[in-house]
Amino acid sequence: MAEATTTLDLADRTREADHPHSPVVRFAADQPLRLDAGVDFAPLQLAYQTYGTLDAERSNAVLICHALTGDQHVVNTHPVTGKPGWWETMVGPGRPIDTERYFVICPNVVGGCMGSSGPASTNPATRLPWGLDFPVITVRDMVRAQAMLLDHLGIDSLFAVAGGSMGGMQVLQWAASYPQRVFAALPIAAATRHSAQNIAFHEVGRQAVMADPDWRGGRYFAHGTNPRRGLAVARMGAHITYLSDAALHRKFGRRFQNRDNPTFSFDADFQVESYLRHQGITFVERFDANSYLYLTRAMDYFDLAGDYDGVVANGFRGTPTRFCVISFTSDWLFPTSESRAIVHALNAAGARVSFAEITTDKGHDAFLLDEPELFAIVRGFLEGAARARGLSA
Amino acid sequence: MLSRVKYDLTMAEAARGPGGARIDLLVVAAMVDHGARVLDVGCGDGELLRLLESRGVDGRGIELSREGVNECVVKGLAVVQGDADTDLAAYPDDAFDYVILSQTLQATRQPRAVLEHMLRIGRRAIVSFPNFGHWNIRLQILLGGQMPRTRNLPYAWYETPNIHFCSIKDFRELCLQVGARMDQAVALNAWGRQMRLKMPWWFWNLFGEQAVFLLSRRS
Repeated sequence: MAEATTTLDLADRTREADHPHSPVVRFAADQPLRLDAGVDFAPLQLAYQTYGTLDAERSNAVLICHALTGDQHVVNTHPVTGKPGWWETMVGPGRPIDTERYFVICPNVVGGCMGSSGPASTNPATRLPWGLDFPVITVRDMVRAQAMLLDHLGIDSLFAVAGGSMGGMQVLQWAASYPQRVFAALPIAAATRHSAQNIAFHEVGRQAVMADPDWRGGRYFAHGTNPRRGLAVARMGAHITYLSDAALHRKFGRRFQNRDNPTFSFDADFQVESYLRHQGITFVERFDANSYLYLTRAMDYFDLAGDYDGVVANGFRGTPTRFCVISFTSDWLFPTSESRAIVHALNAAGARVSFAEITTDKGHDAFLLDEPELFAIVRGFLEGAARARGLSA
Repeated sequence: MLSRVKYDLTMAEAARGPGGARIDLLVVAAMVDHGARVLDVGCGDGELLRLLESRGVDGRGIELSREGVNECVVKGLAVVQGDADTDLAAYPDDAFDYVILSQTLQATRQPRAVLEHMLRIGRRAIVSFPNFGHWNIRLQILLGGQMPRTRNLPYAWYETPNIHFCSIKDFRELCLQVGARMDQAVALNAWGRQMRLKMPWWFWNLFGEQAVFLLSRRS
């Protein structure tokens, strides 16, 4: 009986990875994804969502790059959680990234677990999930895979590429790797490299996953386990870095959770504890633990300067792309100084760049939240770019 | 501090050209060649950049105030949030044809360093500023014995963002010191109108309320 439950569980958990609730492109074995790790990965599968209509000139496509724990479900109900899409404030009819005007594409990144090839996908050779046999991927690999998807969809040139955090890293990589294919780039709360502090946070998260006995050296599917506790702790720690001291105080302060006095135990006495536990528990229901390891690693490895003789500006020399860099005052994970470094590099390269720092106490996650100033800037930037590209209103 | 918004050009505001643009900005714009690459330092709400782009100029801006930056980006202008005193150093040599400092010089911490950076980053520099040698200002100190306040410069001494005032004569001396060549100079009178008569410098320094200088590097 226990065996049957395990099998059901396994099928359930790998279903989105192999057969997602999204369109997929399955590339043949002779169309491998060339990885920075020196491996040709095949067969490659990419899952994606689209919104809006591609115009006759194929000139109004906007690529959205999702963040570490995001996915392709930008503005539709999530197939696993049943919750609204993660960027409904920004994308949709009449929104700053207006799906009545632009054709929006969002792929699940390589290494993700929502239908693009990743450690939870089935390895055709073993008919088991790849687990740690999946090659380590980089942000540049993600972008290369997205370029393959766009080739497949017949889209040569993107009107815009937009994304926050890890998505912003992909935006920068897109502009550096394929300058002729990107008309406008919107890296939000991003950086040209992952800082030592951020690598350190990621390492704590990975160690939490790997310290969970249920992780089983990454072969938890084969053992019928799931390192829920480890991944939940990783998520709890990371979630703190996405907020700010001010935001936590505003939301929770030192208030108790459903009680008037401390219990003198290690129960979740405080609201903030209860909130974090909830964040951890809900995260593990939709996210694969190994995928978390791979994607945090990809961010750690990101260092644009490393690809261009140590000078980021070299990656953007003569770029035709127009940039709008945005940061948030209370973001201590990707602070404004990181965005300023992007701007300085783009200035040095002679790029057409705008930069705005938005005042908010919501921390790194502000890019996902209701920030009217953010919306006004994105809308204005895209409208200016649309005029310059001759897109009809 | 850099924000042109904070520098209340009440009188010059009243003087607008045929297109509705401020005369002092039209004077600046007239100095810029069509198709040039321009950096407007302290670009405020982007009025000058818009004027320049309407004339086929490839314009960029730096603005200290967040409100100014956001207004510019919403208008589709390429403007970065930054500080002339610290951020000009990040620009490479000869990145622009013109670097413009419009009504901002007096609000910088290090006007000389800013001017030197402008002449390094751009082939030419355009600087406009309120003339502290104007007779009205001289008179206020002479007779009133107090720091002058005018409709153009309404701040009290303890709250003004304008920390480095100079006269036309002072600015000419700075240009000589940093090795800048004065290619063109225009003075605007109290009504923001161009003083057309070919007058000597002392006359401009006394009656010009604002000055606009077009400079280039002495090679």
